[in-house]
Amino acid sequence: MNKSSGVSPHPASGDAVRASDLTVVRGPRTVLRGLGFAVPRGQITGLLGPSGCGKSTLMRAVVGTQAKVSGTLDVLGRPAGHPTLRTRVGYVTQSPSVYDDLTVRQNLDYFAAILDPGRAASGRRRDDVTRAIADVDLTGYTDTLAGNLSGGQRGRVSLAVALLGAPELLVLDEPTVGLDPVLRRDLWNLFHHIAATRGTTLLVSSHVMDEAERCHRLLLMREGEILADDTPDALRTRTGADTVEAAFLHLVDEAVAAGRAKESAR
Amino acid sequence: MSTTPPTAAQAHHHAQPHTHTRALSAARTTATAARVLRQLRHDPRTIALMLLVPCLMLVLLRYVFDSSPRTFDNIGASLLGIFPLITMFLVTSIATLRERTSGTLERLLAMPLGKGDLIVGYALAFGSVAIVQSALATGLALWFLGLDVTGSAWLLLLVALLDALLGTALGLFVSAFAASEFQAVQFMPAVIFPQLLLCGLFTARSNMHPVLEAISDVMPMSYAVDGMNEVLRHTDVTATFVRDVLIVAGCALLVLGLGAATLRRRTV
Repeated sequence: MNKSSGVSPHPASGDAVRASDLTVVRGPRTVLRGLGFAVPRGQITGLLGPSGCGKSTLMRAVVGTQAKVSGTLDVLGRPAGHPTLRTRVGYVTQSPSVYDDLTVRQNLDYFAAILDPGRAASGRRRDDVTRAIADVDLTGYTDTLAGNLSGGQRGRVSLAVALLGAPELLVLDEPTVGLDPVLRRDLWNLFHHIAATRGTTLLVSSHVMDEAERCHRLLLMREGEILADDTPDALRTRTGADTVEAAFLHLVDEAVAAGRAKESAR
Repeated sequence: MSTTPPTAAQAHHHAQPHTHTRALSAARTTATAARVLRQLRHDPRTIALMLLVPCLMLVLLRYVFDSSPRTFDNIGASLLGIFPLITMFLVTSIATLRERTSGTLERLLAMPLGKGDLIVGYALAFGSVAIVQSALATGLALWFLGLDVTGSAWLLLLVALLDALLGTALGLFVSAFAASEFQAVQFMPAVIFPQLLLCGLFTARSNMHPVLEAISDVMPMSYAVDGMNEVLRHTDVTATFVRDVLIVAGCALLVLGLGAATLRRRTV
């Protein structure tokens, strides 16, 4: 795996996302427990942890589609879910959310018309749609029905929708799941390109630890809590581990041991 | 992956003041209606079924009552109002359920789309399909099957269109309570059949048990059928017809409003 530079091409000018005491309750379960973290602007922040640890819930909270959120959560200087953020934040859900009975271009045309409506904007929309399709390398499939594409291709259509209108923050929930190694590398190159040339902030979740090495910063999560908020290099140095995966396991063991100590002290 | 640098057009877009979400925006509403129709166009079989099944039913009915044309007049006119309601109910409930389960609804509500844009967009799209469907069915009934109507065919169409709107509204509303397509389809007997039995199609409402008659008085389909029967018997627009039309339209708007309330930007 390639290692990312670790240094942001754009120095952080304030944080894109800032959370303190962020708690989310879903039914009887507290999914996120009093989280505090920051996502710096213009960088790729990886959100890593095992399935079910609360990554998707955290992302939905940032986008403003999650109910029962308490604590403070500011996104691009506004409370998460603020109406003005709806054009400034791009969001890709885990399973592709596109219309299977529309072609790739028709899908993008519709979402572009919602983001940038009106007849006066039609030329700008057309350029934007063409660019987004090129970004995800689907130019050869422009007129194919989304339902006839492979799973990975549909995921990329979903990603292209999020790239429309050049959002300042991209929230991507497991965008590389189920993709072959070549496509995964290409997507990560695209993420770095977008961050470097457009100054976009990316929050990318994954449960594949080797993808962590490609992020500028990492948020390691487990059972609704954040174990670490650091750069990959700093994490490895701090834990004396060779890989982020080993560092994560080290931190989990530490957390479990600390939890046991607390219990036996009681 | 090919990567193109951002164009001047985007930089321009970026600098633009962002258009904020309003409850209803004409451009977003028509874009939504166009999208729904475009989805339908990729599904010609559904279009054919929506347009042809009501016509086939009328032909069937005509020859079932071959020896009693008066009965065909009564039931045929009522059915011209009931078909659009049922079709639009089914199509809308499945379409919005798919929108909910595919994640596109969540995506749209995270974008600057007003709830009204979505609902009115759906109503416009399916309303225009309903116009075609009703025009075909009414034309066939009047000119080829000998349906004898005293009033104007345009009034029949008006009631049919309002019924379609009511069907769209009901479908949108119940889709919020269906977790799967199985459940959504079962809402059709649950919501539509009781109205079908009580609307006066099988026997005049005044002949029913008083309790049932009272129930039928508060069901919108009763007024849809009443309205059709007014056109059937009177040459001009009667006060009863105006009342029926207003009740059906009012119910459609009320249920559309309830449907809007079931769309939540934040979900658990």
